[in-house]
Amino acid sequence: MSLDTHTLELPNGMVLLGEPNPSFQSAAFTMLAPAGCRHDPAGKAGLASLTCEMTLRGAGDRDGRALINDLDALGVDRGESVGVSQVSLRASGMAEALAPALEIYADILRRPLLPADQIEAGRMVCLQELRGIEDEPSHKLMQELRRQHYPSPWGLPSQGEIDTVKRLTPHDVEAFHGRHYQPGGAILAIAGGFEWERIVDLVQRLFADWEAPDEGAQAPPPEIAPVTHIPYESNQCHIGLAYDSVPYDHDDYFQAWASVGVLSGGMSSRLFTEVREKRGLCYTVSASLQSQKERSAVFCYAGTTCERAQETLDVTHAELLKLRDGIKQNELDCLKARIKSSLILQQESSSSRSGSLAHDWYRLGRVRPVDELSAIIDAITAESINKFLEGQPPENFTLVTLGPEPLESPVGIS
Amino acid sequence: MEFRSHTLPNGLQIVAECNELALSTALGAFVSAGARDETDDVAGVSHFLEHMAFKGTPRRSAEDVNREFDEIGAHYNAYTSEEHTVYYGTVLPEYQRPCVDLLTDIVRPSLRTEDFEMEKQVILEEIQMYLDQPPYGADEQVKLLCFGQHPVARSVLGTSESVSGLTPEAMRSYFDSRYGPATVTFVASGAVDFDDLVKQVEGACGGWSRTEDNRCSTDITIGDNHDHVAQAAATQQYLLKLTAGPDAGDSDRYAAKLLTMAVGDDSGSRMYWDLVDPGHVESASLGHYEYQDLGMYYTWMSCAPQDLEANLVRLNDVLAQAQEDGLTQDELDRARSKIKSRVVIGNERPRSRLFSVGVNWLHRREYRTAQQDLDSIEAVTLADVRRVLQRYPLTSGATLTVGPREKIAWP
Repeated sequence: MSLDTHTLELPNGMVLLGEPNPSFQSAAFTMLAPAGCRHDPAGKAGLASLTCEMTLRGAGDRDGRALINDLDALGVDRGESVGVSQVSLRASGMAEALAPALEIYADILRRPLLPADQIEAGRMVCLQELRGIEDEPSHKLMQELRRQHYPSPWGLPSQGEIDTVKRLTPHDVEAFHGRHYQPGGAILAIAGGFEWERIVDLVQRLFADWEAPDEGAQAPPPEIAPVTHIPYESNQCHIGLAYDSVPYDHDDYFQAWASVGVLSGGMSSRLFTEVREKRGLCYTVSASLQSQKERSAVFCYAGTTCERAQETLDVTHAELLKLRDGIKQNELDCLKARIKSSLILQQESSSSRSGSLAHDWYRLGRVRPVDELSAIIDAITAESINKFLEGQPPENFTLVTLGPEPLESPVGIS
Repeated sequence: MEFRSHTLPNGLQIVAECNELALSTALGAFVSAGARDETDDVAGVSHFLEHMAFKGTPRRSAEDVNREFDEIGAHYNAYTSEEHTVYYGTVLPEYQRPCVDLLTDIVRPSLRTEDFEMEKQVILEEIQMYLDQPPYGADEQVKLLCFGQHPVARSVLGTSESVSGLTPEAMRSYFDSRYGPATVTFVASGAVDFDDLVKQVEGACGGWSRTEDNRCSTDITIGDNHDHVAQAAATQQYLLKLTAGPDAGDSDRYAAKLLTMAVGDDSGSRMYWDLVDPGHVESASLGHYEYQDLGMYYTWMSCAPQDLEANLVRLNDVLAQAQEDGLTQDELDRARSKIKSRVVIGNERPRSRLFSVGVNWLHRREYRTAQQDLDSIEAVTLADVRRVLQRYPLTSGATLTVGPREKIAWP
């Protein structure tokens, strides 16, 4: 069921990945560049986000309006996000739009105009986003939980702070772009209806002469003050719990992933059953394993009205601890069926496939074929997961709550 | 791609878009039951009933329902809108049978009193969750402001009070009136064994008694009002503006889609250039939604509270200019490219096609291929856009703002 994946490493360090699928009328690409927010210098949190915003305000011989209009004329659906380590640019559209869209994105990455007269507009867009998060309590909570749980700078939110964003200058943006939008560590992954050989020629023409900048000094990570409760005038109390796990390139990653699937994958999973179905404590309860390149953690969320928040926290925490007692074969059977169908459904979308290719390369240094992934999943047993959980049980929790009143931490939570 | 349809002797319909090259099978029970079918004393019952479908049937406990969906690796869920409740799942083709068995079973749930009381707590939590997300509730308020007593203005979730007051008996009575062969349609797309689907649905639902769909059309009057709700805890100020547009049966709906894309898409539109790109607002957009006898243009904006009036002027300018001058050929062509690309990408996934096939059937008893949609979009001219503007002026309708502001200086 695997399609052929092609790889080309350019001498400048950029990697091109391609998975052509002739049954697609569409094509999509994901471009990762090593310009994430962990590179924000001290006192300039939010610079990576502002720089990403500014790259779209004109590039090459197009001003900002021409750039967006030309992408629209190609029917390109696009999105940008700034992560901890990378900026991710995604685009999808009809197959024939792929080559002209890549030409425009080469300009965005390599030749943005970064117009100084638009810095205030770009800053306002970033500030608006920061203000918007204030009205999303669950988002605000989970942002704080990541910040607390990961050592700095690995849990930083990319949006920065209102005070730091207000101070950023056009010079900061130019310097950040010059230092971090570079081919070393850049990954371009393409999936859908296209021919590999033709794309190789185009990518060589667009990116082969992209040069790496001089190495600059790394910014020191900012200090993070621990917070366990965020006072917030809300109807619900929002609860976040995190514990360490193993990252994507670890031999036990899929054991860890499966154990979280038993907690929170499908409506028969433990958290959904115990917290929502049996006790009716909340509408939303979930856990997910989120992996960075060198660290990972399980992040759990539950939102419930204040009078039932303590019980929700206690039951959720107890379910996490209960993982130590092991999982059952029937739970694993459900999970495997779900994973198998996810693998196939993912192949029906060129944009999700291009994202997987790029992230595989970033975290593993190669693309893991779907067949190999299937074999790994087939080999997981209840015993193998339980053995992993014996060695690395859920422990050393970080707890953050947001709401009118703080909660009492269950035993074992810092 | 082949369209198949079948009607059982009791009137229940089964429709499918079969694609033998697809990797998956998407299946859904589309029920013509939503907030617009409710009365005040059962407000929120359609959505509550959607939850109850997962709480068990005469053949299955709640745990059985969830476990059996998970055992076949289904990606499944349900939603309730103003006029539909849809239960759906995507599975690998070899699991069509167990998935159909589950879907046909859960649309006849047991509605046990103890499950009803437990699930009521979950729904009350869901309402509290949304209340923490300003401007939750404002969309219903602006619908009331614009369309008055039209049933599409009813709240899907209901309120804490209406849900608390619901009884199992009232839900059972509502169920009997809306979940019959006249209002439940089984829809499939992707790798579908249609003959087997018909056989199985007939076995499960062929014995249901014949029913009537008693939903009626309602006349529309547009209120040109504005109002505001002070919500001290909110950080941003939110603005919603609503007016009538082409409905689900109106051939001008394609022109309306192109118009809203050019004027109010979240990128590259007039609202984007005049409001979002300069950083005046957090977001501003215009969308077109179509219901059975009513369509609507929905404008959304959020910004810093002190900037509301200035942004309202900018927003009104965008709408007035579009109303006055229509679109340019360039704008129409760009909007066309965007929509066509989204149609093609959506068409590649059976689970996207499921909703298109299902909702088309519920609204118009019509099957449309993705290509027919593309052709309709291709055929729209500037004159069509002009006509739709004349029929449904963007500048009319009701405006509501929600946020920390106590007073608003309306222009």
